Amino acid sequence: MTVLEMTDVSKVHPGSPPVTAVRSLTLTVEAGDFAAVIGPSGSGKTTLLALAGTLERPTTGSIRVAGQALDGLADREVSGIRAASIGFVFQHFFLLPGLSALENVATGLLYRGMPAGQRRAAAGAALEQVGLSHRAGHRPAELSGGERQRVAIARAIVGEPAIILADEPTGSLDTTAGAGVLSILAGLNERGVTMLVVTHNPDIAAAARRTIRLRDGVIEHDSEAA
Amino acid sequence: MNGRGRVTARAVMRPADLWPVALAGVVIRPARSILSALGISLGIATMVAVLGISASSRAQLVAEIDALGTNLLTVTPGQSFGGPAASLPATAPGMIARIGPVLDAAAIGDVAANVYRSDRVPAANTNAIAVYSAKPGLLRTLQGRMAKGAFLTTATARYPAAVLGPYAAQALGIDRADGSALVRIGSHWFAVTGILDPLTLAPELDRAVLVGWPVARQLLHAGVRPVEVYVRTNPERVPAVESVLAATADPSAPQNVTVTDPADALIARADATTAFQGLFLALGAVALCVGGIGIGNVMVIAVLERRNEIGLRRALGATRRHISLQFAAEAVVLAGAGGAAGAALGAIATAAFAAARHWHAVVSLPSMSAAVGVALAVGALAGLYPAVRAAQLPPADALRLG
Repeated sequence: MTVLEMTDVSKVHPGSPPVTAVRSLTLTVEAGDFAAVIGPSGSGKTTLLALAGTLERPTTGSIRVAGQALDGLADREVSGIRAASIGFVFQHFFLLPGLSALENVATGLLYRGMPAGQRRAAAGAALEQVGLSHRAGHRPAELSGGERQRVAIARAIVGEPAIILADEPTGSLDTTAGAGVLSILAGLNERGVTMLVVTHNPDIAAAARRTIRLRDGVIEHDSEAA
Repeated sequence: MNGRGRVTARAVMRPADLWPVALAGVVIRPARSILSALGISLGIATMVAVLGISASSRAQLVAEIDALGTNLLTVTPGQSFGGPAASLPATAPGMIARIGPVLDAAAIGDVAANVYRSDRVPAANTNAIAVYSAKPGLLRTLQGRMAKGAFLTTATARYPAAVLGPYAAQALGIDRADGSALVRIGSHWFAVTGILDPLTLAPELDRAVLVGWPVARQLLHAGVRPVEVYVRTNPERVPAVESVLAATADPSAPQNVTVTDPADALIARADATTAFQGLFLALGAVALCVGGIGIGNVMVIAVLERRNEIGLRRALGATRRHISLQFAAEAVVLAGAGGAAGAALGAIATAAFAAARHWHAVVSLPSMSAAVGVALAVGALAGLYPAVRAAQLPPADALRLG
């Protein structure tokens, strides 16, 4: 099943001069994929992630996420696709400082209209998957960097989205913590979670089943391209 | 595969989740939240205290009047157009006393003489003290009390004895009522045999000197027509008596008779003295506005500081509307907390003020709830702009993905 389908997508950031971040890009991610997007800074990796995550709209071209075409959808509908089908992992974790680890993970289901009790139960299960059940009651400030990113991963998977989009998930971590996060991502993929990871980390690129190399907004190399 | 425009999911936030989320946003920065809610608190406290203190003062007055009885009516001659000042017929007190529900009626008569401390005082120095003739029953009708000495009796009413109102006694410099102090009324000396306590329902007697009806006629050439009749009625029948009093007092010219309820007049006067109340309420309103602006400011700063959170929530599926609702709700929570604290503060201030004056404090729950409601409305208004700003933040920028 195709989870993400980008067809002839371009993104031009307005300005003087305008910057074309992504140029006529066509990319398909199938369910179960573990794709690493690599490339030098400014190659359009992050824009690709924002477009795939529906956080930005393409200037031209069309995008389908979990079978749903995005063009012409209202904010509420696109937000609904994010809530239901996409899980995000960011370099800087973006945990809410006032909430416990469990509450942070449960926030991943807040915009699905699920009752609080169900959210907490699902959050508990997701924390278990990343091996942090014993830290459920801790605030982000009481957790190590690696633990924070594992909480963020639990928040991304708690709603069982069609795809996880990760932006430099090990970028703020030391080697050990980064290796821990990578093994969790790899483990999740083995259990069938689809993943698109933007990274500079060669270990992630090596662990991924597929690498997509970008340069100047164009796919320079795709290990799975025919 | 779904076709274009067919949507599988819509982002939904349960209404029950909004307030916990807003509360969490407020309590995470306690010092800032308290400071930003302070303006609203002060505004609401001022308004609640002003309303509470004036209500307590009014309640105190009403209680005093109730203790004196609200069943007192006064009958005075009105002004007749184009003619001489109207007066009541001499028969008026007797006629009024015969109305069924009238318990007591007592008249005072005008005495065309001035009162002086001695015969050396220049005639112009009258101290604006009126002299009236009165019958011994007047004190009972007014339910008045003596500060010193005794009221007129059937015996003293025939002799040159005078009873002074409290302010009249003060103006004349007399504080003894044992008959040793004399005052000059007309060309006669009168012994002071009594000084009255203030009469709340007949304040015109506080500045007056009362002498007996017979002695006034005999020595001071007073007429027999009353200038005012005090009527004590059955408390249940006040309006009925009020409606027939004029015609009873002067059957031939009821239009020349004025009937007043002094209790009503006093309360109306108390209600009318609201100039300071209005000023303080306006001050409270200004504080409330400034407080609202403060909350708006703090929320704008919060939007700038919490770009990451806004971006994250958008990534988790929050719609623009969810974001604006969250920030508006935070402003409402801040203002509501400030308003509740202010209402409590205002109630405490009212209680303290009332206690200091030995009043019974009147803090009305509806006015406190109304104050909190006003605070909530101010908060919603203050949160409007920051909420819109937060909603318009592009999520990719907010997450530094742009």
